[in-house]
Amino acid sequence: MEIVIPPFDLKSISPILIITISAMLILVADVFFRKTFRDSLGYISFLIVVLTAMVACTQMGKTVYSFSDMFVVDNFSVFFNLIFLVSTAIVILLSVSYIKQEGINYGEYYTLILFATMGMMLMAGGADLLTIFLGLEIMSISLYVLAGFRRDCVRSNEASLKYFLLGAFATCFLLYGIAMLYGTTGTTNIKEIASFLANNPSLSNPMIVTGTSLLIIGFGFKVACVPFHKWTPDVYEGAPTAITAFMSVGPKAAAFAAFTRVFLVALPDVEQKWSIILWVLAVLTMTVGNLVAIVQKNIKRMLAYSSIAHAGYALMAIIAGGDFGSSSLLFYMLAYTFMNLGAFAVVIVLGRKGKENANIEDYSGLGFKHPLLAVTMCIFMFSLAGIPPFVGFIGKFYIFSAAIKNGFIILAIIGVVNSVISVYYYLRVTVVMYMKKPVREFAPLSLSPFVILALIITLWGTIHLGIFPARLIDLAQKSTLLY
Amino acid sequence: MILFTWYLILSGVLFSIGAVGVLIRRNAIVIFMCIELMLNSVNLAFVTFSRQLNSMDGQIFVFFIMTVAAAEAAVGLAIIIAIYRNKATVNVDDINLMKW
Repeated sequence: MEIVIPPFDLKSISPILIITISAMLILVADVFFRKTFRDSLGYISFLIVVLTAMVACTQMGKTVYSFSDMFVVDNFSVFFNLIFLVSTAIVILLSVSYIKQEGINYGEYYTLILFATMGMMLMAGGADLLTIFLGLEIMSISLYVLAGFRRDCVRSNEASLKYFLLGAFATCFLLYGIAMLYGTTGTTNIKEIASFLANNPSLSNPMIVTGTSLLIIGFGFKVACVPFHKWTPDVYEGAPTAITAFMSVGPKAAAFAAFTRVFLVALPDVEQKWSIILWVLAVLTMTVGNLVAIVQKNIKRMLAYSSIAHAGYALMAIIAGGDFGSSSLLFYMLAYTFMNLGAFAVVIVLGRKGKENANIEDYSGLGFKHPLLAVTMCIFMFSLAGIPPFVGFIGKFYIFSAAIKNGFIILAIIGVVNSVISVYYYLRVTVVMYMKKPVREFAPLSLSPFVILALIITLWGTIHLGIFPARLIDLAQKSTLLY
Repeated sequence: MILFTWYLILSGVLFSIGAVGVLIRRNAIVIFMCIELMLNSVNLAFVTFSRQLNSMDGQIFVFFIMTVAAAEAAVGLAIIIAIYRNKATVNVDDINLMKW
């Protein structure tokens, strides 16, 4: 039998290739030339991410299917790749001094971050459930290790174990869902599933129904939707803060990318008729996330619940569907990247070795002691709460208007009410910073130039994109999925 | 000849045993073994469908799942060892520093 090797197009995966190869080189460099490279690995990885982002930009504007339709480069995936690369670059900037301070300055750290980024890019560009699954696992396995990177810290171990056990558990559900879809449609390719379901009535088929439910469970876990969210606060609290920042943005965006592609492209019919299920999930996610965030005392846990609530808003964009819905999702994910990473950057700046100072109480009096830092934190909190003129407001406005336009008025109202609830706990941080007496001595800040750069980038994103969002909205509208 | 349905039922039963095991067992390693059982029941389902549909995609998928499961086992056991070193227990009820 003659075996025909299908053509493969390495150019289409060039950003992934760059990231993968350089991650491996960093690992080798760390092992063999530790003394020479130890301190520069962070800068090198930062440059690599910037380079990859430039390469990714050149892919904008075309739609290329490669590797026997298993991988796709379209504006949607390129836009998501840019979100991942921006978040990775900022996290690397935040990590350089943080991991030295925590005594976890190992080369694997950057390698794992780069591998996780590569997994996310594979998820965003996956045109086959196999590719999406592989990307998801590459991302998750790197994150399991990163969550437990402070090996001698029991909390970090615990975060890692919880994340690992629940993550692997959720993966099994996702896989069983894929198996069900495969059994019915005879393929794992997203386009072929879509064309099969277009020709066959799908909702009467119990296998499709079970498969789709299992897929919702699997993805719901990764984006931290409410019935599947219990791991989030624990993992966010226990993981090293820089990794928490990383987990709250990139992997969530990646899971949303895959979620959107699977539900809007492969299962559009199911998505429309089942929007009630996603509707309930979105409402639960927003409400529980915001309500439980109110009672949190630790700022990392508070941001974890806030990230759950934000997943609810993003889910609303998927429910709204269509071009409007998916472009609002894209915009919101980028907006969230800037404001959330900014908030975590402030948390990192205030942390000390062995003492994270992550209780909200610890922030009291910050407004008088370090006014500039306090103003920065305020801006991020206002933006997360959705107060104009910051980018969080535009993002939420965009999503709510997409929901209203596509007829989900009640959902939009619930979203607005939730947004109001969230103002309470975001503003509490501000109140504590400005209206309470300090409960502790503030050590002089040790701001490294990298952290300052990260703060400047996130501030720029939060303010500039909030006031002049037109170009980004334009880009997001061009990047919606091509049906 | 055994019907394909029986393989699928077996796969479903194995998956349920694994899921229940994850929920009720308290030893991290046993929980992990239950997860592996679930992954293997997925493999069984894939192979059955592959045979039924006369398509190779399912079997390819199984290879990938096995690879991923191996990587996950390596990382998972390392995490369990790390926690055992610090706490001298792998009972998930005792690993409860963070809640709510």
